[in-house]
Amino acid sequence: MNTDLSAGEQHRLIANTMNEGSPQARALGFQTLEIGDAVAILKVPYRPEIVGDPETGVIAGGVVTTLLDHASGQAVHAAMTEWTSIATLDLRIDYMRPAQPGRDVLARAHCYKLTRSVAFVRAVAYEDDPDDPVAAAQAVFMLDSSAGKKPGANLKPPRSKTEGAA
Amino acid sequence: MSDADTRLSAVLGSIPYARFIGMRAELAGDEMTAILPFSDRIIGNPMLPAIHGGVLGAFMEMTALAQLSVAEPLKRQPRTIDISIEYLRSGRPLTTFARARINKVGRRIANVHVEAWQEQRAAPIAALRGHFLLTAAED
Repeated sequence: MNTDLSAGEQHRLIANTMNEGSPQARALGFQTLEIGDAVAILKVPYRPEIVGDPETGVIAGGVVTTLLDHASGQAVHAAMTEWTSIATLDLRIDYMRPAQPGRDVLARAHCYKLTRSVAFVRAVAYEDDPDDPVAAAQAVFMLDSSAGKKPGANLKPPRSKTEGAA
Repeated sequence: MSDADTRLSAVLGSIPYARFIGMRAELAGDEMTAILPFSDRIIGNPMLPAIHGGVLGAFMEMTALAQLSVAEPLKRQPRTIDISIEYLRSGRPLTTFARARINKVGRRIANVHVEAWQEQRAAPIAALRGHFLLTAAED
């Protein structure tokens, strides 16, 4: 990554790349409202296609899962000074209440601990107030997850049946 | 179509987000296999490329919900209480399958485990376990 960029510029660039470059994030319309100092705040705009229960009009839990995963990943990048590939190892989510129908959902993620190999993140999803969450998440990411992998690595078949590729 | 078939197509057909990611399911007796065909829109990492971890989580969560609706008639969709997802391998640009095992169904709470795989059933790419609320909550 270009070292002439300030940390703020670099984090913003990573957020834009993750939102625009990831087809699922783009399909869901993810936007990063804030990124920096190990924190990322993202938004998913409400639309009928991403509802989970048409009787209530509430956004699908799975969309909230994707948003929390994506926001947590950006918080990890916002905790680092240099870009490195990351992959989710573990994601635990408590759903406290349904999201309000017709409302955008936000996620605030904080990478509270970074080691050489892993990053630990907490995140909440909410409409207005992070203290009144729709869902709360705890995630662990592996750092440098694509080490030695070239672009397109997943297009090739795995080398052996038991190999833990990735 | 059996009752279970009817319930399965009703539940998946009723979840707009299941259609959004292109998920479907098949029944063989009482065994359900959920299927997520690969499409560009489910990619999370375009470099490798790899399926978005959130999509895999959502796919497994909806597999659990569908399995619960196949197992017995429910007045309304179960509500997810909590889920824990383990990512084992990156999701390659291939069809992904998932099967759910209901470990326990109580009066109000169900415990369900789900595993997702691609080419080899013995090499799962992700797993989920979760608790689901079966009756309407008073909130």
